Amino acid sequence: MNRFFRLLGREFVICLPFTWLAVFFLLPFLILAYISFVEMGNDIHPFKPLWDSASGVLNLKYENYSSIFRAEDGALFDTIYLEAYGRSLKYAFATGLLCLTFGYPFAYFLARADAHLRPALLMMVMLPFWTSFLLRVYAWKGILADQGLLNQLLLALGLIAEPVQMLYTDVSMLVGMTYVYLPFMVLPLYANLVKLDYGLLEAAYDLGATPWKAFWLVTVPLSRAGIIAGFMLVFIPALGEFVIPSLLGGPENLMIGRVVWDEMFTANNWPRASALAVVMIAAIVVPLALYYRRHGQQADGRH
Amino acid sequence: MAEMKEGYLVTEDLVKRFDEAVAVDEVNLSIRQGEIFALLGSSGCGKSTLLRMLAGFEKPSSGRILLGGQDVAALPPYERPINMMFQNYALFPHLDIWENVAFGLKREGCPKDEIKRRVGEMLELVQLAPYARRKPHQLSGGQQQRVALARSLAKRPQLLLLDEPLGALDKKLREQTQFELVNIIESVGVTCVMVTHDQEEAMTMANRIAIMSKGRVLQVGSPKEVYEFPSNRFVADFIGNVNLFDGQLSLDEVDRCAVTTALGEMQVGHGISGALGMPVTLAVRPEKISIAKQCPAGVDRNLFRGRVKEIAYFGSFNTFIVVTPDGSKVKITEPNGSRHDLLDLTWEDEVFFWWDDTDGVALRD
Repeated sequence: MNRFFRLLGREFVICLPFTWLAVFFLLPFLILAYISFVEMGNDIHPFKPLWDSASGVLNLKYENYSSIFRAEDGALFDTIYLEAYGRSLKYAFATGLLCLTFGYPFAYFLARADAHLRPALLMMVMLPFWTSFLLRVYAWKGILADQGLLNQLLLALGLIAEPVQMLYTDVSMLVGMTYVYLPFMVLPLYANLVKLDYGLLEAAYDLGATPWKAFWLVTVPLSRAGIIAGFMLVFIPALGEFVIPSLLGGPENLMIGRVVWDEMFTANNWPRASALAVVMIAAIVVPLALYYRRHGQQADGRH
Repeated sequence: MAEMKEGYLVTEDLVKRFDEAVAVDEVNLSIRQGEIFALLGSSGCGKSTLLRMLAGFEKPSSGRILLGGQDVAALPPYERPINMMFQNYALFPHLDIWENVAFGLKREGCPKDEIKRRVGEMLELVQLAPYARRKPHQLSGGQQQRVALARSLAKRPQLLLLDEPLGALDKKLREQTQFELVNIIESVGVTCVMVTHDQEEAMTMANRIAIMSKGRVLQVGSPKEVYEFPSNRFVADFIGNVNLFDGQLSLDEVDRCAVTTALGEMQVGHGISGALGMPVTLAVRPEKISIAKQCPAGVDRNLFRGRVKEIAYFGSFNTFIVVTPDGSKVKITEPNGSRHDLLDLTWEDEVFFWWDDTDGVALRD
């Protein structure tokens, strides 16, 4: 009887997260996938059923997908959707790189700091989360605006003669995205770097590597897992980011998140919005799954 | 080893302070070219700090380190012609064996063919050529140790440092590896400084040993010298087993002296040129003491009585703990099977024990 409950307990603990994922991720995704294959509806019913029970006709529509890749004038791969995907990829990648550039030294010195200082420093990395995300993004508006703090400072220093437009450009958007996502880069990198055996660096010095060489030949390759984890944590949410481009980006910075929003709430075209979302999910999940399969097999080979 | 050059590696008044604590205190060593020199001491004695100063990982607070006449104390580790085999080997886990061994050669900009040849040579030397493309975690502890050795020898350093070279191996493997390691080092002919807390390891591997305590070097000598002629009480006690008898100097001549202890007067076969009445400790190794039930004929010096308190059989030798009338305990070991009459000895037996004048060493503290 005891054994029974123990087994039950174990299954319960294992099942709980899977149930959570199934209910809140898999199910919505399936609904999304379903909508992406049906016809657009009206204001009250935004999409039509797949199976028309009155006429008994299966109403499977592929147009939602084909319209992503083919423009209305028939030109292939020349649609605003693909453009928005491309732009999203570009900005997400740039955000990932910027976060890595700023986050790596940050995580490195965090991991090398005195053991009793580390909790306080880590706390400071997480401190921004205590304020509303929206507020923090709005704060950047105040800093980057034409009459904002930064322009006023530069004017006062005499570095510029008239205000420079920073808000509603690539710069303001990337600044905002990098700022918001930086902790997601720092934390996995820190977790990785803090485990790095300092003895390996000494071994590298001993064998004639300068500190700079030792960093590139030992520290960086050994923190690869942290770099990849941090990059993923930044890149994936940045790809679908909606709020920051809306608040800090200009009209030319249209990203896919905004396009999906517009299709859904302006054009009221739920099926196409769903198709756009499904394509994006597939574009992220498939390469990731392939990568982890390869990487996972390597990991199994160890120990 | 006849043509060892004196003073190849010299430390002059080497001091290392960490805040207020002195880790290494005015160490003066002179190490010969081609010898294996061991720094022996318990943990916290400063031996590792000393080794790390030689490698360049710690900067001396004061003093000089001369290697072949050149002061290297100010050089960073990557500019010293010194390589180290680390305690846990510190092999690069992301590189295979070949790349690990080649790491140092690549850093000094060796031509490709030369690297290939040298790495091949090194892997041959440690008999790991078939494992060149394995990763460190795919090798056993003993193999990893050999990779670490090959890596530290690949650059043909002028000085090889070994940090607890056998510390990470289990006991059985250790004995076998000990000789292998010495053979390889001697075949290469490199001068070597090793750090160990294991006296057996130091005794079997090193030509000379420096015994350290509290940051100071207490004695430097061959394994035989430090064992047979310890220069002070700490060394006598640290190396092997020893019986220590405290007393006063009651006779002091050029070639002999006597110490009056609680047991009585003990004769010693060397002088110590001290003042009569000064406190002296007499050290006698357990295996130098004879034990018998009957009073031995013709022995009139250093002969005492006691009662057998404990007997321990260690297979190859037996150990007796004898309690003397004044209550102190004396440890005596006898090789097993050397004398049959010892087999009769049992607990609570009244016994005689004695030793020759030349078996005791009188020590100032």
